[in-house]
Amino acid sequence: MSKEAAIVVHQLDHYFGSGQLRKQALFNINLEIRAGEIVIMTGPSGSGKTTLLTLIGGLRSAQSGSLKVVGHEICGASENQLVRARRHNGYIFQAHNLHGSLTALENVQMSLEVHGHLSKQQRYYRASEMLAEVGLEERTNYYPADLSGGQKQRVAIARALVSHPKIVLADEPTAALDKKSGRDVVDIMQNLAKEQGCTILLVTHDNRILDIADRIVYMEDGRLSKPPAPEAD
Amino acid sequence: MLGFIKTLKTLQDRTPLGLLQLKHDRLRLLTAIAGITFADILIFMQLGFADALYKSNTQYPRALQSDLVILSTQAKNFGQLRTFARRRLYQAQDVPGVLSADALYLGSVQWRNPQTRQQTSMLLVGQNLAQPAFELPEINQQLNAVQLPDTVLFDRASRGDYGEMIVQVEQGKPVTTEIGLRTVTVTGLFEVGASFSDDGALITSDQNFLRLFPRREAGAVSLGLIRLEPGYDPKQVRASLAARLPDDVQVLTHQGYIDFELNDIQSESPIGFVFGLGSAMGFIVGVVIVYQVLSTDVNSHLAEYATFRAMGYRNTYLLGVVFEEALILSVLGFIPGLIIALGAYQITAAATALPLAMPASRAATVLLLTFAMCGASGAVATRRLQAADPADIF
Repeated sequence: MSKEAAIVVHQLDHYFGSGQLRKQALFNINLEIRAGEIVIMTGPSGSGKTTLLTLIGGLRSAQSGSLKVVGHEICGASENQLVRARRHNGYIFQAHNLHGSLTALENVQMSLEVHGHLSKQQRYYRASEMLAEVGLEERTNYYPADLSGGQKQRVAIARALVSHPKIVLADEPTAALDKKSGRDVVDIMQNLAKEQGCTILLVTHDNRILDIADRIVYMEDGRLSKPPAPEAD
Repeated sequence: MLGFIKTLKTLQDRTPLGLLQLKHDRLRLLTAIAGITFADILIFMQLGFADALYKSNTQYPRALQSDLVILSTQAKNFGQLRTFARRRLYQAQDVPGVLSADALYLGSVQWRNPQTRQQTSMLLVGQNLAQPAFELPEINQQLNAVQLPDTVLFDRASRGDYGEMIVQVEQGKPVTTEIGLRTVTVTGLFEVGASFSDDGALITSDQNFLRLFPRREAGAVSLGLIRLEPGYDPKQVRASLAARLPDDVQVLTHQGYIDFELNDIQSESPIGFVFGLGSAMGFIVGVVIVYQVLSTDVNSHLAEYATFRAMGYRNTYLLGVVFEEALILSVLGFIPGLIIALGAYQITAAATALPLAMPASRAATVLLLTFAMCGASGAVATRRLQAADPADIF
C-alpha cells in the first residue's frame, strides 16, 4: 500500500507564530493518497486546508510529524531540498497567477525551463502541444490580459501539467469562474491527470465539482474528519 | 571550461524575463530610461566642467616651449605668479646645460571690447619675439605682426561678442581699441580659449607689455623659460639650478610646472569638490529613480514571482531577473545620456568658450558609474523579493 502511496502524511502538527502568539493550525493530520488518486479536500475557510496544501507542496517547511511526497521525506527538509521537491509538483492556484508580461506559451514554457534539461525548441513544442490539449491552440501568443478567466485558468493548468508532475495540487481552481468554465476546467484537469497518471489533491468549496473526486476528505479546525452528512453542509 | 559553455548555453536558452517585463510596461521603462539619462547627463556635465576648468586654466602652462620653468617661490598659479628679478635668468645662464633663459611677462588688463565698448578682463602675455614662448604655430607665425608698438594678437575664442571684429581682422583690416589709457591695434588672431579668471587672452611682445603696464618694470619677470642644450637631463639641470639660485625662485620641469598648476586648482579652488559633489548628486538621483522603478516592478510582480518559486525557481533566479533589468536599463539609459551630453558639450562650448570635449575615458567612466548606479538600485530593490514567499501569498 505505502509503496503505491504518492503522499503520506503522518501525525503532522503545524503552528503559526511564536512565543505567546503561537497558535496551532493543524492537529495530528494523517492522510494517505495513492498514486493516481483524485482527492478533494473541503471544509470551512480558515480550517487549515491551504496550510496543509502548502506543506505538501513544499512551499512551507513542515515542523513536526512526517510528510512523505513521492517517497521523499520533506518534514525538516532544507530550503534547497524543498525547492527541488517543488519541481515534482504542479500547482494550480485560485488566482491564475500567470505572468502578465509573458504570452500563454511563454508562461507554460517557464514551467519547463525550471528543470533546465530541455532545449528552447523542445520547450516550445511541449508547451504548444500542452496548450492545444487544453483547447487553446489559437491563443498561444495571447497575453493573459487578453484571455478570459476560464482561458487563463486553462493556461494555468497547462503550465502545471506540462512537465508531467507526479502530483498536482490545486487550491480553489474554480473559485473565480462561472459554472460552465469551472466545469470545463475540472474536466480538463481530470482527463489530463488520468492520461498522465498523476495524483491530484484539490482544495475547494465548490460543491459542483465534487463528482470528479475518487475520495473526499473534510477538514475543520485543523483536524481531518469524514465529510459531514449532506444536510450539515 | 565545459561548465562555462554550459552556463552560456543556459543563459542563451533562457526566457529573457527581465527584458520581457520591461518591454511589457513601456511607461515604466521610459521613466527609468529618462531617469538614468538625466543622471548621466548631469554627471557628464559636471565631469566635463571640472575637466574644462582644469584644462582652460592650464592651457598656457601646457603649451610652454621650455624644458625648465623658473618662477617666484610666492607664485600661487598662472594668474597669480608674482614676479622675480630678471637677474635670476642671467644667473641661470651660467649653469652648464642651459641654452637660453627667457623672460615671460603676464598680467591681467582691462580692455575695451571694440564692438560693444564694454570693459572686460583679459590676460596679457608679453614674450620675447626672437624666442617663441609657446608651442602654438598659429601664434609663432604671427609674431612679426606685434613688433610695432601697441599691437596685439587676439584670442578669437575669447568670451564675448567679437564676431564683427574677427571678420574685420581676418580681412586684413586692423581694429583699434583701448587698454587702460593707450590705444592698441589688433593685428592678428589665434585660438586657445577662455578661462574662468579671464575672458580671453592677448599676446604681444615684451616691449609692448611693458608699455601697456607702466607700473611693471622690465626687471620684474613672471616666468623664466629655460631651454637646455641637447644631451642634458632636465632633472639634473633642475637640481643644479635650484642649488645655484637663491630661495626667492623655484625651478620646475615643464611637467612639474603643469602639475604645480593642476595641484593648485585641485587643492585651492573648490572646482574638484563642487563638481565632485555635483556628480555624486547625479549619481544619487539616478539610484533613487532606478530604485523606485525596480522596486515598483518587483512589487507589481510579487504574486508572479511567488508562483515561480512555487514552481521550483530559486530566489537567485529572481535576483537574476532584477539585475538583468538593472543592466538593460543602464545600457538603455546611458546611450541617450551620452548623445545628449555630446550635444550639450557643443552648446556649452559655443556659449562659454570653455574647452569641453568627450574623451573616451570619460564615457567609459560614466558607463561604469551607470552600471554601479543601476546595480546598487537593483541590490536594494531585491530586498522586496523577500515578500515573494509562496507560503505567505497563497
